[in-house]
Amino acid sequence: MVVKCDTYVIFAKEKFIYEIENKYSNSKNNISQYMEVIQGTWHWAVSGFLIGLIMLVLTYFGKTFGMSSNLRNICSLTFGKSKIEYFDFDWKEQRWNLAIALGAIVGGFLASYFLMDSPDILQINPKTIENLQQLNIDAPNGKLGPDAMFSLENLFTIKGFFILLIGGFLIGFGTPYAGGCTSGHAISGLSNLQIPSLIAVIGFFLGGLISAHFLIPLIFGS
Amino acid sequence: MKLIKFFIVGVVFGIVLTKAEAVSWYRIYEMFMFQSFHMYGIIATAIFVGVTGIYLIKKKDIQGFKGAEINIQDKDFSYSRYIIGGTMFGLGWGLVGSCPGPIFILIGNGVFSICVVLLGALLGTYIYGILKNKLPH
Repeated sequence: MVVKCDTYVIFAKEKFIYEIENKYSNSKNNISQYMEVIQGTWHWAVSGFLIGLIMLVLTYFGKTFGMSSNLRNICSLTFGKSKIEYFDFDWKEQRWNLAIALGAIVGGFLASYFLMDSPDILQINPKTIENLQQLNIDAPNGKLGPDAMFSLENLFTIKGFFILLIGGFLIGFGTPYAGGCTSGHAISGLSNLQIPSLIAVIGFFLGGLISAHFLIPLIFGS
Repeated sequence: MKLIKFFIVGVVFGIVLTKAEAVSWYRIYEMFMFQSFHMYGIIATAIFVGVTGIYLIKKKDIQGFKGAEINIQDKDFSYSRYIIGGTMFGLGWGLVGSCPGPIFILIGNGVFSICVVLLGALLGTYIYGILKNKLPH
């Protein structure tokens, strides 16, 4: 009797441990599944929803979402009260926007160092990779930008340096001229149903299409 | 500190755009080659949320945070500045694959070559500031 009872207790104990372990490993699996979702590419619907929300939160704070204004702010704070009318304003009133830019740098750092541990990021269209191969531009393999454009070796060539500088120049000249960029026109402006923003966005795409279909093959194709 | 909340908004912005891969040159190229829905989905969803939100703010006359004045401005109408300026920006966007937000975010991501893009952008804005009154707007 005693022996039987003991065996039963042992069985019960083993069953209990087994169940606990099972439960624990299940929850562990759940956690790693959640982590995988965060570590991988965020779905476009989630990302778009959050970007829309960021714009609305800024509106609620009494501000307007627009990152390109920071280029003007930095120019103004670098040159101080200059003789150029465009930079002659009190940049201190734009400190909130500079705080966003600073936050964006920190956010980029946090995301890439703590939330990017997945081999599955940047699963772009195989056709795109094929196109790029023909232009001697390397595939992502987990990188955000191609080495053909952003590697340090490339940066120290005259061609590589000037592509980045001229690209930047066009962005810096074009956005204040158009009165906004993707955040100011495409997100804020279109959300407020602004026709000027629609015209600007058509311009953005016109330029982008010319770059992707003509300039990039011209520069990188052999 | 009043600026802290904006800093936090910026941090979230940086994380979201990195995780959405909207800061990636590849995603922008793929978008302009019409080979993926990803970026179009992001932009369309953001605009959908934005249109709904702005409509509700206007209709319900929602007050700003701690008495902040909500300031939704209409843009001045013109063709030349939006088409010329917009196309110039688009050329740069399609070439180096980043708009002004991602330029900052990529510094945090450790893509240091982006500093040259930032330098070019500041130069561009500076030259625009000088030429502003001579350009058609």
